Amino acid sequence: MSGPVIALVTSAGGGPDRASLEALTVARQIAAATGSPVEAIVVAERSSAGGAAASLAGLGVARAIVVEDDRLTPDHPDGWAAAVAQVAETRATSAIVGPGTERGNDLLARVAARLDLPMAANCLTVEPGATWAISRQRWAGSLIEDCRLTARIKVLTIAPNTVAAGAPDGGAAPAVESVPVTLTDADLAVHVTGREAPERGKISLTDAKVVVGGGRGVGSGEGFAELEELASLLGGAVGGSRVVTSAGWRPHADQIGQTGLRIAPDVYIACGISGAIQHIVGCKAAKHIVAINTDAEAPIMGVADYAVIGDQIRRRSPVRA
Amino acid sequence: MNILVCVKRVPATGGRIVLTPDGTDIDTRYLGFTVSPHEECAVEEAVRIVEGRGGSTTVLTLGPAAAEDQLRDAMAIGIERAILLETDGRDWDPVATARAIVEAIRAQESANGPFDLILFGNESADSGGFQVGIRVAAALGRPVVTGIKSLAPGEGSVVARREAAGGGWETFELPLPAVVSVKEGINLPRYPSVPGRLRARKKEIERSTPAWQSGGLDKVVLRLPATETTQAEVLGRGAEAAPAVVDLLTRIGVLGR
Ligand SMILES: Cc1cc2nc3c(=O)[nH]c(=O)nc-3n(C[C@H](O)[C@H](O)[C@H](O)COP(=O)(O)OP(=O)(O)OC[C@H]3O[C@@H](n4cnc5c(N)ncnc54)[C@H](O)[C@@H]3O)c2cc1C
Repeated sequence: MSGPVIALVTSAGGGPDRASLEALTVARQIAAATGSPVEAIVVAERSSAGGAAASLAGLGVARAIVVEDDRLTPDHPDGWAAAVAQVAETRATSAIVGPGTERGNDLLARVAARLDLPMAANCLTVEPGATWAISRQRWAGSLIEDCRLTARIKVLTIAPNTVAAGAPDGGAAPAVESVPVTLTDADLAVHVTGREAPERGKISLTDAKVVVGGGRGVGSGEGFAELEELASLLGGAVGGSRVVTSAGWRPHADQIGQTGLRIAPDVYIACGISGAIQHIVGCKAAKHIVAINTDAEAPIMGVADYAVIGDQIRRRSPVRA
Repeated sequence: MNILVCVKRVPATGGRIVLTPDGTDIDTRYLGFTVSPHEECAVEEAVRIVEGRGGSTTVLTLGPAAAEDQLRDAMAIGIERAILLETDGRDWDPVATARAIVEAIRAQESANGPFDLILFGNESADSGGFQVGIRVAAALGRPVVTGIKSLAPGEGSVVARREAAGGGWETFELPLPAVVSVKEGINLPRYPSVPGRLRARKKEIERSTPAWQSGGLDKVVLRLPATETTQAEVLGRGAEAAPAVVDLLTRIGVLGR
């Protein structure tokens, strides 16, 4: 019936990243509802495009589109935006669907801006129709907006970790189609000019199995020594609320929440943290939450599994006591 | 260097969001207002750059008359000029917002000369569209990068760094004029001084009222996600809780591994 749904696939460590596979699942639902095929554009070096296409086997992708320009690397956001926009225009595309990651949102916003189309970022559900009914995240997921999208081509990103990525069904790898695009020098002007490797050795907050978080209730930067001790006993890492990073008690890199990190440890121990929604969106994926707070009525108690009612400052770390 | 910073007034919701009875908005009757931490950092960055190398700073917002407060907050820490694109308080989608901002920038630039750098927060705190800065840059034909956590302007160009997708950092070098969306952590914003606040209160604000027009993405209703609220099991009070905590940590396998 209508033109293809284009799935934008970004990669990590040689294969499609998880958020892209989740977005691909939604692209497939849209394609089924509109009676159209799914075509994938994999953001990868041209030389690795074959492998990238093969990695989409069994995921319902009819064609993998390879952009014919050797100058284009994943480090050229405008170059990719130009390529995706051109492919979409020439194929009567009904929708472009990508991951709601930093990179996915950046890239598809560039595509939407070029084509003068609206874009719905971090969508949760999509129902095609005369106008499309969409629900999407606001406040980093603390609030949901039901909205309508009216556009020639629907540009959507899918909120990560909200849709289960479909498992491959044993089907064949998509056919690879090489598509020429015209990229100007201006399209290639913005590009990554340097890289620094991640710091080694330190347990990162996003990988730690145990995170000990401190808030205003910790009282001071020095107060964190006790949290550090508890974290090291448990082989974990220390994080905090925005209050403690704004006060300079901890660096911003330790901030958990809407404008900081999203963590998903086995246990999150929140000490002297009230549980503002902007903090909770960063830690709600923890398997267990333990709250230590003087206030038994603090909002954190509504998300915590376990609580210790008490004074963070005058307590000794529980494991040592 | 002439710098423009764009910010958005949002309610400072605390532990819980309460919606209006018709569900189309957050009930803000008992709430204060603020801007995203990303935008606070954009304001601080603009002030620092101009303190270091001279130039001018301007803050702009599209929002209701009351968004004047957020403009004055920015002037209290050192932004010189402020522009309010006044709305009747309804939501403007990213396309409509970007259009109005582009028009205002064009008018400003033809009167006062170009902005070398236009700063945005990476995404607005409330609607989180991740796109207004990119749209403004595209309309003006300027390079743009997002997610920036360090910025070093030089002669005719700016070096911008952000965290890479797989960890580590990546660097961009953009010719000026350019557009940059920044994230919290790029700096630690200062607190406004009392004289700063007093000065800001007396400053003029340039106003205009752009006409609303849908950009194609229209809010229908808001709802709260279906989250199970837990009833936390109280392990104890103060130090007496220690054995229960040790027990719990052992049970869930993070202690004594
Ligand atoms: C757009 C936006 C984005 C934001 N992004 C983030 C973000 O990414 N991360 C984030 O954390 N916040 C963020 N915030 C801020 C957030 O709204 C809260 O202000 C912040 O999380 C509160 O931090 P807190 O819990 O440490 O402090 P408070 O809310 O002040 O809570 C302190 C808690 O400590 C308890 N307490 C006090 N003394 C003791 C003691 N001696 N022992 C034990 N408990 C004690 C109190 O009962 C209270 O519950 C954002 C806000 C906005 C508007």
